[in-house]
Amino acid sequence: MDLWHAYRLRWKRRRFLFRIWRKRHEISVAVDRTGQIRPDGILCFATVRNEIVRLPYFLKHYRRLGADHFLIVDNGSDDGTAEYLARQPDVSVWTTTQSYRLARFGMDWLGWLQWQYGNGHWCLTVDADELLIYPDHETRDLKALTTWLDGQGHASFGALMLDLYPKGPLEDTPYVPGDDPTKTLAWFDADNYRHQLHHYYGNLWIQGGVRDRVFFAHEPARAPTLNKTPLVRWSWRYAYVSSTHQILPTRLHDVFDFEGNSKASGVLLHTKFLPMIGAKSAEELERGQHFQNTALYQDYHQHLTENPDFWYEGSCRYNGDAQLTALGLMSKGRWV
Amino acid sequence: MSLGVIMLVHTAFDRAEQMVRHWAGAGCPVVVHVDSNVPSQTYDHFVESLADLPDVRFCARHRCEWGTWGLVAASQEAATLLLEEFPEVQHVFLASGACLPLRPIAELRCYLDAHPDTDFIESATTADVPWTVGGLDRERFTLRFPFAWKKHRRLFDAFVKLQQAVGYKRRIPEGVVPHMGSQWWCLTRQTLDAILRDPNRGTYDAYFRKVWIPDESYYQTLARLHSRKIESRSLTLAKFDFQGKPHIFFDDHVELLQRSKCFVARKIWRDADLLFNTFPASEDPLRQAVEPNSGTVDRVFAQAVDRRTLGRQGLFMQSRFPSIDRQTSIAAAPYAVLQGFDDIFPDFQSWLTQQTGAVVHGHLYAKDRAHFADEAEVYRGCMSDNARLRDYNGKMFLSNLIWNGRDSHHCFQFGPADTQEIGWILAKDTQASIWVVSGAWSIPLFCSGRSASEVRAEAARLQRIEDKFLKVLRSPDARARIKIMTLAQFIEAPMVVLQTIIDEIAGHRGLAIKEAPKMRDLTGLPDYLQELKNQGMHPFLTGDITVGNAPATKPVARRKPYVISGK
Repeated sequence: MDLWHAYRLRWKRRRFLFRIWRKRHEISVAVDRTGQIRPDGILCFATVRNEIVRLPYFLKHYRRLGADHFLIVDNGSDDGTAEYLARQPDVSVWTTTQSYRLARFGMDWLGWLQWQYGNGHWCLTVDADELLIYPDHETRDLKALTTWLDGQGHASFGALMLDLYPKGPLEDTPYVPGDDPTKTLAWFDADNYRHQLHHYYGNLWIQGGVRDRVFFAHEPARAPTLNKTPLVRWSWRYAYVSSTHQILPTRLHDVFDFEGNSKASGVLLHTKFLPMIGAKSAEELERGQHFQNTALYQDYHQHLTENPDFWYEGSCRYNGDAQLTALGLMSKGRWV
Repeated sequence: MSLGVIMLVHTAFDRAEQMVRHWAGAGCPVVVHVDSNVPSQTYDHFVESLADLPDVRFCARHRCEWGTWGLVAASQEAATLLLEEFPEVQHVFLASGACLPLRPIAELRCYLDAHPDTDFIESATTADVPWTVGGLDRERFTLRFPFAWKKHRRLFDAFVKLQQAVGYKRRIPEGVVPHMGSQWWCLTRQTLDAILRDPNRGTYDAYFRKVWIPDESYYQTLARLHSRKIESRSLTLAKFDFQGKPHIFFDDHVELLQRSKCFVARKIWRDADLLFNTFPASEDPLRQAVEPNSGTVDRVFAQAVDRRTLGRQGLFMQSRFPSIDRQTSIAAAPYAVLQGFDDIFPDFQSWLTQQTGAVVHGHLYAKDRAHFADEAEVYRGCMSDNARLRDYNGKMFLSNLIWNGRDSHHCFQFGPADTQEIGWILAKDTQASIWVVSGAWSIPLFCSGRSASEVRAEAARLQRIEDKFLKVLRSPDARARIKIMTLAQFIEAPMVVLQTIIDEIAGHRGLAIKEAPKMRDLTGLPDYLQELKNQGMHPFLTGDITVGNAPATKPVARRKPYVISGK
């Protein structure tokens, strides 16, 4: 990585910040409770669309982890998501009906919120179907984690996205809103993850998991990216690049160790495959808002509407954070 | 009444209040020092909350920042007040608001009563103990540190380098031998009094004011001058990570702390309700005489740190991505690569499984798909047999396969007909042992029934690929255990080679070969190879297979040695 490349990335980051600023009017505030934010509060940012089923547990999970305030952009839901969020005491809501794809999959909108409210805070940026866990998360809340990260001089925390799926066809396993989705989606692929360095941004690029095994075998390069850096001590100078996979400046996604020892890291439990996935995919086939080159992902969404079964007898049953640590999907690092 | 407590507080006042009540409740007078950075409103509120306790005093406040003299000044201030106000105090215990008594304080007092003349203070000479962070041990005492380490790290480092370069050294006051240790101590009244009333205290204070992190060396050094009996260990259990930062104890450490039998532990996470509810433990007459034993805790922490920082070879994950050049192996366990054997023995795979109990895969890197053991489509850890997925990152494929099955020994077949990209990775891997029978690819061609002229191009291609692989294996960078033999060499003594392989894979469980695997009928192979030669394609990798040595049943005809004449 030479100076010229670093310089180009610097300008790239500035362009992103400019773009965020330019798109600031795309979102309009619906409920503003940001006055509640305390100087040391941990903030949670998300863009949602029709997530009324997932949100109850989503909020419950992150409240238990110690997120103090939620800043959520609602992208044109019609199932009551915005109204549900407006009723929550610790949620501020913005709404927009603009294109999710053209807003860099919501990153422009969230970027503007982070720019305004995130500076100096530990900021968690997740999707509604991502539940962050880390070693000992049941006894140590985010406050403990971020205090430790501060002490170590780390400004970010990495996590692997772990696709959970049910045993049997996707639509056949019932889910009641508010339940723990890991009871329904109890299975995952233990270790078929491929790691490589991203040639441009220098982050660790992880692909694999069940979607790769089932859908992308013919074209592995297009398989979904699974590395994320969801938790960052924010500064208004920062900008996410694509989803939370990459972030500028690049030192923030250097959440791995070259020398052979492992830093602390977590897992984002991905609850995408709850029973309504078929309907969502059908909608996505029409809207085309989720991937840069939507035509290439037609098959993927088509297949998802056909109620597939991902389970096989070697699938691993999810059994909490200690199991994921033992399997080497996340690590305690030096956080003994 | 014999034990008095000095408590340094700068944050988490609700917990600090709780701790003061623990100590005071057990009849120990407490002198509290509150950092002068704390706003006066918070301070007043804190003082008020403890107003009901008669034996709690607040001393004058100093600015306490990490590694500065303020911490020593604070403890001096508090100690002076404590000794003056409470003449019955015989031992003084230095604690902070984040120190939690694990055992009943009465047990601590009994323990101290049994050691009336002992000072419990960790104190080691800098020459003998390599504890320190940043490489500064002896130099803490001989250099000057005008820049804050936390805020101006570069200036700090640069100034240290400058002093080292010009050979600057401060003079250490006469009689002082620098010692260091944990800053949490328990001293006798006599020693502490002697330190505070030392006629030279002005000199010492002026000196230590400029030492780096004086709270780890001031009392540790001066106690050596005055103490009658030093027990060089701290009664406070405190763990530090490799950067010298204190480890924080959480609810999940409850069992570990219980086992430690230590009197006091720090630092405790302020929201660790379980710890604050569990400790101090209720009195237990059986335990009263038990010595604190931080050994178990030390071991658990050291093991955990080792495992997480050094161990787990062969694991690639979100937070661990060792590059192949900086490590010797990508695999978590030893594995074997076998080239050519399954061409010679048709059911080699099942035979080897039977003999060794190892996991024997087919051609993992075959062009059509990955042939896992048992021909499974999805293997352990949900590895797909798809060739594209595998070849997208062949290195991770192997690493994942072995990580997932690291409880057993893996073997797989390899050959010139397979994808070859993995070659270098195998050759460089110290966990790999690679056995090659070169030229064995000729046997399937021979058995195919096709004529030499038909297979000529194919044979040439396979030979070229295999030769390239052999060159890799013979390169000086190859670190795997490698054994290469020609087909001719192998069929002369196949049993010896097979026995070696089995011994290596199965280790001490390896048995003598009861039943030899069935070799393909090689009658006619020499003629076939000769025919290839006649076509212009020399199969040089097979070695020299003559009619005589093909079937191993006949005694091998020894050839005449060449005689090179002197003339």
